[in-house]
Amino acid sequence: MNRDWSRSSKSRERRVARGVAAAGGRIVPQQKIIDLLEAVIEPGDRVCVEGNNQKQADFLSKSLAATDPAKIHELHLVQSVLALPSHVDLIERGQVARIDFSFSGPQAGRLAKLVEEGRIQIGAIHTYLELFGRYFVDLTPQVALIAAQMADAEGNLYTGPNTEDTPAIVEATAFKNGIVIAQVNKLVDKLPRVDIPADWVNFVVQAPTPHYVEPLFTRDPAQISEIQVLMAMMAIKGIYAEYGITRLNHGIGFDTAAIELLLPTYAAELGLRGKICTHWALNPHPTLIPAIEDGFVESVHCFGSEVGMEAYVAARPDIFFVGADGSMRSNRAFSQTAGHYACDLFIGSTLQIDLAGNSSTAIKGRIAGFGGAPNMGADARGRRHASPAWLKAGREDALATGMPRGRKLVVQTVETFREHMEPAFVERLDAWEVGQSAGMALPPVMIYGDDVSHIITEEGIANLLMCQTAEEREQAIRGVAGYTQVGIARDRRMVENLRDRGIVRRPEDMGINPRLATRDLLAARSIKDLVRASGGLYDPPKRFRNW
Amino acid sequence: MESLVYEYQGGVPIESPRAPVIAGVVGSGNLEILVEAEGPDDRCTIVVVTAATGFGTIWQAVMNDFVARHKPGGVRLSINDVGATPAVVSLRLEQAWEAFKGGSA
Repeated sequence: MNRDWSRSSKSRERRVARGVAAAGGRIVPQQKIIDLLEAVIEPGDRVCVEGNNQKQADFLSKSLAATDPAKIHELHLVQSVLALPSHVDLIERGQVARIDFSFSGPQAGRLAKLVEEGRIQIGAIHTYLELFGRYFVDLTPQVALIAAQMADAEGNLYTGPNTEDTPAIVEATAFKNGIVIAQVNKLVDKLPRVDIPADWVNFVVQAPTPHYVEPLFTRDPAQISEIQVLMAMMAIKGIYAEYGITRLNHGIGFDTAAIELLLPTYAAELGLRGKICTHWALNPHPTLIPAIEDGFVESVHCFGSEVGMEAYVAARPDIFFVGADGSMRSNRAFSQTAGHYACDLFIGSTLQIDLAGNSSTAIKGRIAGFGGAPNMGADARGRRHASPAWLKAGREDALATGMPRGRKLVVQTVETFREHMEPAFVERLDAWEVGQSAGMALPPVMIYGDDVSHIITEEGIANLLMCQTAEEREQAIRGVAGYTQVGIARDRRMVENLRDRGIVRRPEDMGINPRLATRDLLAARSIKDLVRASGGLYDPPKRFRNW
Repeated sequence: MESLVYEYQGGVPIESPRAPVIAGVVGSGNLEILVEAEGPDDRCTIVVVTAATGFGTIWQAVMNDFVARHKPGGVRLSINDVGATPAVVSLRLEQAWEAFKGGSA
């Protein structure tokens, strides 16, 4: 049979030729960007507009949403997030037929409406790693619009501390005959280092303003409550110390920021320096600075960067992954892999937990997605290397079969009521309704109950691993659900029985006096304290400055 | 605004006259609690003024647990609440009670 085996490379050649003709070369003048996009993108293309919960190819996204819908339509968006107004504008303009993504954050409400009106079809909502995986299987982009800090005249790119998703996207696109277009903040003669080589990049445009980066991981210690301090004490003494957690990942909230700020104080007093929290898969959280300065931390690999942390990170190359040029390189795909396979514990917060321990952040009228949490908050079934923490959790697993095996610790930490007295514990997750109204195959559950090992609330810790039946699990959850309806409806006798067996533990059972849970325990009580702890190297964004 | 009053009997009388104690602050998501020696020896009166209405059952449950734990007698607790969660209420109650018991007249 006579088959043409190089249709995709010929398509790439044609697209590049059209692009060069439209833009006058591979370095594209700003005012030619729409012409370029219209020249290289074809109807029905799979397109990735780079962006995640941190950096965004915002100029290219806006330009794409300004192209002629008669020329560019029926696109299949395959990208980490739908977070920018221009992402959703593109859908509203009728240029998108289908989307596969991970997270929609601020656009969650608009997206839910478009789905309801039948104006867009969602393929699936993924975790970051799943979507990256599919880039190399069945969702390879034909065109990728990416963001870098700098390019040189040849088209080499420097992505620096905010490298994030770029290598995964570019590798999939460039090696399957796709087109890569980069927006850069600056064109320079010589790059600090090459993060993406020029022959993987087809076009470069200097954006009118630097690409947007969200300071998503900055938590002001001034807003940490005493209840969060109490829960942090329980996490440290009741879990980290007991299992000897050295390798871990923290979620994004104030609950886990409180733990970070208790390491140099409370955890140090307990003699845990060097015994817990030494190796991390974590963004450069400003609230980790005091623990790093105190000598708690040996290594941190980052998914992305954090605005204002660049100089501090660069000055701590023994801790962070820093290039020979002196600046950090993050990598979301590798850090997600590290969080999944190489960490013994994930701890994070959520919005709702049901009686089986399933948790979700999906709330009615919003399609928010998952991001990376499920990769961290799941037992790694493919893991084969042992560690003391992993083995101890495996021994506790009441439902384990005869074959010895470890378990990852997946901890949910929630105050029983969120603000406005919204209960964190519910009989039925909103996710059921959200999934149904969005036509999804499954309810959007962030962390499945059978992956959760512990739940921490202000009332205590429930160890779900040790529960032998579904009924015990339900009562263990009710037993820490406080004064929510779920908590009030507990079987008090059964909960006391679980307490005797150490499945439900109160602060006093762990030797913790709740009255000592004060903000004085925090190693930093304000952003200014963090700046001071960093020796002036941390440069917080303006909105976090109040001095 | 909602006012709630809870009366309990069968408390253990406090040992000696105690000075009144205030714990907490009046601020969003927080509350202040005044503890005073007052009333018959086995009685405990709790008066709650709260900015959030409709949570009487939850207050009742929190107070029942507090009273069951400490059996306060001859005591009046006055609470000004600005939308504190039950977690904060319980913590403040413990702090207030500790300070009241620890203090001397």
